[in-house]
Formats: sequence, C-alpha cells, structure tokens
Amino acid sequence: MSRRTTGLAIEAEGLTRSFGDTRALAGIDLQVPAGTVYGLLGPNGAGKTTAVRVLATLLRPDGGSARVFGHDVVTEADKVRSRVSLTGQYASVDEDLTGTENLVLLARLLGLRKPAARDRAAALLAAFGLTEASDRQVKKYSGGMRRRIDIAASILNTPDLLFLDEPTTGLDPRSRNQVWEIVRAVVSHGTTVLLTTQYLDEADQLAGRIAVVDHGRVIAEGTPGELKSSIGSGTVHLRLRDPGQRPDAERVLREALGVPVQLAADPVALTARVGEAGTDLDASAQAARVLSDLARAGIVVDNFSLGQPSLDEVFLALTDHPAVPTDERDDELEAAR
Amino acid sequence: MSDTKTTTTTTERAPAVYVPSAEALATVLAPGARPPRPSALGASITFGWRAMLKIKHVPEQLFDVTAFPIIMVLMFTYLFGGALAGSPRDYLQFFLPGIMVTSVVMITMYTGVGLNTDIEKGIFDRFRTLPVWRPAALVGMIFGDVLRYILAALVILGLGLVLGFRPEGGALGVAAGIGLLVIFSFAFSWVWTFFGLILRSEKSVMGVSMMVLFPLTFLSNVFVEPSTMPGWLQAFVKVNPVTQLVAAIRGAMSGESDPSATMWLLLWSAGFVLVFGTLTMYKYNRR
Repeated sequence: MSRRTTGLAIEAEGLTRSFGDTRALAGIDLQVPAGTVYGLLGPNGAGKTTAVRVLATLLRPDGGSARVFGHDVVTEADKVRSRVSLTGQYASVDEDLTGTENLVLLARLLGLRKPAARDRAAALLAAFGLTEASDRQVKKYSGGMRRRIDIAASILNTPDLLFLDEPTTGLDPRSRNQVWEIVRAVVSHGTTVLLTTQYLDEADQLAGRIAVVDHGRVIAEGTPGELKSSIGSGTVHLRLRDPGQRPDAERVLREALGVPVQLAADPVALTARVGEAGTDLDASAQAARVLSDLARAGIVVDNFSLGQPSLDEVFLALTDHPAVPTDERDDELEAAR
Repeated sequence: MSDTKTTTTTTERAPAVYVPSAEALATVLAPGARPPRPSALGASITFGWRAMLKIKHVPEQLFDVTAFPIIMVLMFTYLFGGALAGSPRDYLQFFLPGIMVTSVVMITMYTGVGLNTDIEKGIFDRFRTLPVWRPAALVGMIFGDVLRYILAALVILGLGLVLGFRPEGGALGVAAGIGLLVIFSFAFSWVWTFFGLILRSEKSVMGVSMMVLFPLTFLSNVFVEPSTMPGWLQAFVKVNPVTQLVAAIRGAMSGESDPSATMWLLLWSAGFVLVFGTLTMYKYNRR
C-alpha cells in the first residue's frame, strides 16, 4: 500500500479560523509525513481541536488552505472524507446503542453488506477486547472501553489518516497504555495518525514529530529530541538531605553552571539545565563539576540525576508560560462552537 | 443470609483486563478492499435503522406519541364537545381529524430536539466525516420520526373509534388522510432540523417550537369553524397550512375529498422541503 505511506499526509498553510472575537487559529502551517504519528501539543484552548476539525472537513477555515493526501479539505471534502476517520474528544459513537450496533451501523454506512458488516464488527470487538460487552449499551461502558469502541469505530474502514483528538484525556494509566499500544499498532500498518494532546509525555512516547501549538499558532516544530535539545541538552535534578542547605546549594549550582536554578515545591529538591548552547563543557562534564563543587561546600546530596529536559520544560521555555491552562479560553471556544 | 452472600461473591468475577495484542489488531488493520459507497436511499435507511434501535433501547421516548395524543383527544373532546356540538360524540366527528393533525404536528418538533442533542453529544461529527450522501443522516432521522407520526395517528384513530368516531370515507379514506398527514409532517420536520442546527441548546429549540406551534395549531380550523371568528383572524386561519391540512384530511376521512385543500397542502409540503431542507443542508455543511 505505497499510496498510504509515501509523501505528505497533510499540508496546511496559514489556516485561520475565528469564533466571534476569539481567534482559534491564527495561521497554522503543518506538514505531516505519511505513515507517522504526528503530535499537536498544546494547552487547552490552544486551537488543537479547531485545527483537527478543519482538517477533518468538519469546519471551514476563514483563510489559508489545507490538503489531505493532495485533496483540498474545502473543495474536495468528499475525497478527503473517504480517506480519513476522526475520534473526537466527545462521544463519537451512539451511547444509546450497543457496541455491535454502533459498529454495524457505521460499517453499513461505509458500504458493507449486512453479513460482512456483522463480521467486521465482531472482529473489531474481539481485537479491542470488547466481545463480552458487545451487546451492552455504550453508555454502560467504562472510560477505557469507551475510548476503545471509539477507536474501533474509526478504523472500521482502515483509514489512511486517523485523527485522534486527546485520546487519553480522563483515562486511568492502564487504559492510557492500552490506547498507546493501539495507536502504535495502527501506525505500524501504514495509517498516518494526527494526535492532539496536552500531555507532554504522550507526545514524547508516540509522536515522530511534534508541533507545539499555542494561541492558534505553531510555535515550535520538530522531533521530540530536537525540541528538547533546542533548549539545552539536559537537566540535573538534585535532592538534598538537609533542606537548610538548599540556599547554599542553589548558589553553588548557579556559580558552576551560570544558569537560573529552579527550586521545586519539595523543600529539598532543585533543578537546573546543563549543556546550554554557548557553554564550553558538555552536559556530563558540567554535571560532574556540580557534584564535586557541592561536595567541597559540604552539602550532602541524597539523590542526583541527569536527564533530558521534559517537554514541560520545553513548553515553559518556548512560551514563557507553563503548559497548564491558566485562563478560560477553552470554555469560550466551546461556547462559540 | 450467609447463603446469599456466598452466591454473590462467587458469581461476581473481576472483568478480564484487556491487553492489546499486536496479532489480533493486525487482523483488523489489514486494509481490505473499499466497498462501493452506499446509495443515497440506502444510507438514509441505515440512519433510519439507527432511529429504530434508539426506540428499542429507550422506549420511554414513545410516551409523547402515545400518552400525549390520548390526553389531547380526551381533554378537548370532553371540554368542548358539549358546548360546541351538543355532545362529545357529535363533536368528535368534526374534531378527530383536527386533533390528529395538532398532535402529530406538535411532535414534529422532537426532530429538532433530537438533532440538537445528537450534535451536542458529538456523534454528528462522526457522521459528517463519513463519505456518504450528505443529507442521509437527517433524512434517516426523519424516516424514524415518520414511524412515530404514524404510531401517534393510529393511537388517536383507535381511541377515536372507541369513543364513537365513525368516518364515512371508510378504511381507504382514513388511510389516505393519515398518508397526507405523514407527507406534511415529513416536510414540516425540516423546519425543526434547521432550528435544531442553528440554536444552541435543546431548551431553546423547545422554546422556539412552542412559539411557532401553538399559534399554528390553535389559530386554525382544528377546534371550531373559522366562520365564527373575526375577519382578521379568518384571514390568518385561511392561509395557515394547518387549516389546509385539516380540511384535506377531513375531506378524505369523510369520503368527500377536498381537491383544493389537498393541492395547497402538497404545495406547502413541497415548499417546506425546498426552503427548509435547503437551509438545513446549508447550515449542516457549514457548521
């Protein structure tokens, strides 16, 4: 199926869309290679859902253009629809119907005859561990089962491009891991996945490339590794034995590294970036120096680690505000829909 | 006591934990041949099947097509019958086609409420990303509602017959009358799909429909002959499509068909589908 895995799945240029006075998309550019998982990462209200709705032909952009497998999402919407599937943030199956009924309904709408639709529904329910629940109404499903039936419904026609809008929001860790496994399986069979998430580790885990979205714009784009290294190659995390020594430790770190030191809420923990561009030593050499300086100053370190910076830190560095929603823009957007 | 306890503990079983298996997923992910796209009618009927399934799972929703019409018939027959026609039984000969129209036209608004709820829940996002004939989801929804209209009409007819309604037009005339009612209600439902799409909440859809439906059904020939009304009101009653509908159905059921009213009713129906069907699809595509 070479058509599924070569070239670009999505090309978008300068997409804009407003709801009343709220500018949900302020000029989004995207290039999503086919056959990969692409992450749209951003806080609530950043415009991720609006972008997905435009690309899935549910919403017309005010300006800019977008093509999915070469088809324009506005003028060739029907061609786009025959190759994509959407699992929205909200119910995308009928809660009043059973799992089987939902899948048979959609299979029939995709053109399968009744016996084939039934077979397909049964096979999907089995693969997603829902056989026992197949005759129960979806409203009686648990959160994890709901997500699985949503995704099963989306891959009924093995789409070339699958949109997953915040697929793990509100799920417990085990259900989240199940969804991750499913996404990996889906992409390994040649389907391109566009995933939105506000969980940085999720994008890190799944996505080959990430676009960081904030206030309707892409503010950074690249592989997870590139994004991390753009702000320094690593972070040292320290835990002291005596919280009284933290001010001294902070001073030692600042002098050794020449960067600001973050004091965590935990009174014995500190964090600082190492390996910033422009410093003469690499991350591990800097870390070694920090340790010996601390020992010389008589500060007892209980725990020391050197790791890549988290995407949370990336977000903070890119936007000057943390990835946690701080305003009510999301509610406004909801109301404007 | 202890017996019941043991039984519950032994029958309760922790649900098996789902572990996604690469092999099982591979079998469903292998791209198959794309089946041909279903026909417009086929897709609409499939959406109609969804409406049937919803009735099966939530039978309470039939309350408004069974209990509500029964209350309407009993209430007005005994409230007005004696005063307007000498006896409820005599009034019923005139009134039954009218109350049938009132009840069914009133329940058409649930089409808008249902659509609004579906959109609110998000399921229409999936329907709108399917490569099927665009109006199919809405047409299918109204197909399901047509079944509810027929059911309501039959409930009213049954109750009418029990109370002494004797249509001169016989079974054929009654069937023709109900047929006309279903045609009009199908067409009129498109008004509500439009409001269901443009209004924010289920409550506002209800509010608007009440504002439209009360004057439309009461300011008509349903309850009394328009000749008893002041001139300005007669002018409105005459152009009201519900008046034409009631006249046509009374004609059919009494065996003296009213071709002019029937023609007007069919024109009104075509107009509703044309205008509100188009507006609905415009809104549906651009939401």
